[in-house]
Amino acid sequence: MYIYIQGTGCVSPQETAAGNALPAAVLPWEGPRLKAWEPDYKQWIDVKLIRRMSRVIKMGVAAAKLSLQEAGVEKPDAIITGTAYGCLDDTGVFLSKMINQQEEMLTPTAFIQSTHNTVAGQIALMLGCHGYNNTFVHKAFSFESALLDSMMILREGRLRSILTGAMDELTNHSFNILSRFDIYKKGPVTHEQLLKSDTHGTVAGEGAACFVLGTERGPNTKARLSGLTTLYKPGGKAEISADIDAFMAAHNCSQSEVSLFINGRNGDASGDEWYEHVENTIMAGKPVATFKHLCGEYPTAASFGMWMGCRILAEQQVPVAAMFKGEVPEKLEKILIYNQYKQTHHSLILLSVC
Amino acid sequence: MNSNVWIAGGGVICGIGNNLPECLEAFKRMEPGMAHMEYLHSVHRHTFPVVEVKASNATLAGWTGMPEHISRTALLSRVAAQEAWNSTGLGDISQYRVGFISANTVGGMDKTEDFFADYLQDTSKGHLNQVVHHECGAITELVADAMGIRHHISTISTACSSSANALMYGARLIKNNMVDVVIAGGTDALTRFTLNGFNTLMILDPAASRPFDDTRTGLNLGEGAGYVVLVSDALAAELPATRQPWCRLSGYANANDAYHQTASSPDGTGNFLAMQEALEMSGIKPDDIDYINLHGTGTLNNDAAEGAAIARLFAPEYPPVSSTKSFTGHTLGASGGIEAVFSAWSVKEGIIYPNANFNKQMKELPFAPVTKFITGQELKHVMSNSFGFGGNCSSLVFSKNEQS
Repeated sequence: MYIYIQGTGCVSPQETAAGNALPAAVLPWEGPRLKAWEPDYKQWIDVKLIRRMSRVIKMGVAAAKLSLQEAGVEKPDAIITGTAYGCLDDTGVFLSKMINQQEEMLTPTAFIQSTHNTVAGQIALMLGCHGYNNTFVHKAFSFESALLDSMMILREGRLRSILTGAMDELTNHSFNILSRFDIYKKGPVTHEQLLKSDTHGTVAGEGAACFVLGTERGPNTKARLSGLTTLYKPGGKAEISADIDAFMAAHNCSQSEVSLFINGRNGDASGDEWYEHVENTIMAGKPVATFKHLCGEYPTAASFGMWMGCRILAEQQVPVAAMFKGEVPEKLEKILIYNQYKQTHHSLILLSVC
Repeated sequence: MNSNVWIAGGGVICGIGNNLPECLEAFKRMEPGMAHMEYLHSVHRHTFPVVEVKASNATLAGWTGMPEHISRTALLSRVAAQEAWNSTGLGDISQYRVGFISANTVGGMDKTEDFFADYLQDTSKGHLNQVVHHECGAITELVADAMGIRHHISTISTACSSSANALMYGARLIKNNMVDVVIAGGTDALTRFTLNGFNTLMILDPAASRPFDDTRTGLNLGEGAGYVVLVSDALAAELPATRQPWCRLSGYANANDAYHQTASSPDGTGNFLAMQEALEMSGIKPDDIDYINLHGTGTLNNDAAEGAAIARLFAPEYPPVSSTKSFTGHTLGASGGIEAVFSAWSVKEGIIYPNANFNKQMKELPFAPVTKFITGQELKHVMSNSFGFGGNCSSLVFSKNEQS
């Protein structure tokens, strides 16, 4: 059974939510913190609701609506989300008040909206969707688990379309705290410099990307989700190479069939060695595109990578700013996406044109 | 894809016992675990009873060999997951392709709270080792790493239905032959964050909770962890004769109420759909269910919705029902896992658990919960309900060992 990608939607530090296509130009940024470019939410959400919603909820709802619009699906049969951090803003608000007010005189709104399933629940509520509803919260496997659950359910044959997505927001608190773990660049850096910096650390990002997956082609279907796998704490680069080999073999895809290799290079010298290794071995000679200089690093950033891969297959062109090395082939048929987060969470996604 | 998923064992730690036999004793003796807070430090200490695990972090660390300074949520998880694994007799875990699917609602929040108190004074302050495991997934990884599990690990968070969904995802992994065995369930430690959150919703009972009682006014929070071990047909066939599977996970379903972010719809639409679809998957009718382990939190709204949905689905004959939360308190992300262990064990042993603190039948319902510990029953099919915030409703059906 084929799993088709019927629609996609993305809110990110680029203008991806403006027209749901690959933006012609990069929205430049400077420094270690990228902020999402937010669309006018009024086109999808009631103004009264917008005021109460935190950014992660709004971004998630917007990405969901964009993907459903493109798919021509009003109400999916299921909603499955992935989020590593959940609703950080509401969590921070409730936690701060609880501490500052010594557990007295608290109000429920922030607590209610702090649960990790808030986005999936809100989408269900807005769509009146009574179907299967799940939320995965496993660090940099959150998105991949949501995808896998969707694929397994679709293969059971009872459901026809599933809204699957991932969303994570960066807040002042989370950026401050994550910075103290020494994972971001110290000096000023731009999208043009990041991947060539060859120093420690990356830049922080955020965003939401949603996909309508189905067992049939939709009116705007341009790609299939052909394969997905995750690898937790591989022993070394040899293990990831073996895993990629096995993954390709399992999906009857030879190296020569891959038109484009997208990977999660984020400018952190030691982390990028993994990508370098794959670029020079299994994917030697393949054109390489990257995405974290566009969306920043966050645990569910692979969802941005998959969104970009889908758009590339749909539009049959790779934005100049996304190309890292090699020449773009005339026809783009299969894209392999390899992402790793903090060298512990590795994932592979295979997309095919259709 | 039509393969069975078997329950090869289970483990639980909660406020009425540090393992399954201790919990069963508490049910037998009719001893609910509500008490004043001993380990959680909150200004509401004398206002709201809770159902704490009767062990300090140091004690839990001693039992598990894990560091004392990590989140209590991970310590509880390890105790129950290890008991679950040991109960199967499968031996060396490294011989199998193992999945660990663990749910929780607030990750390492118990430690984040301490960090935040210092951090809010000065953003350069606070020990980073108190926030390093803040993410829900970090809790799962601490336990997976300690147990040597790496084939497939994931974490689910759908509020109070979290760990029921972990069982469903785990069952799919087995049916898709991605792993041979999955330890599935959930964990949650008491935190000030959740205690105060539920307090703002005004659904905490200052006395012992009274699920499905007409005079109920709210829930008591509890803590703990519960896991079942799911195995494939192939592995079930290899189990030693003395350790046959407890039962099958024959049906499961997840539906959304799509009514309100926290409240349940008056007719329990999501609850009804979850129960109905789980029965369909099991291939059985409502009157085949021999016992329902209720979600039964004890809040006015939750019990009314669940009761209405049961009345609609099961009329005119109602199976015995009870809420074990009247003993364990509401353990949130762990509740579905803990209650899955109780439910699977009830099929194996023919036990129906009592509902504590029950006096007066709800006016609107044609049935009342069981109030005594009953043994020697022939239970073919037992249903376990878990419903939560965000409209998330899940039902599981555990069935006797014969193939359907």
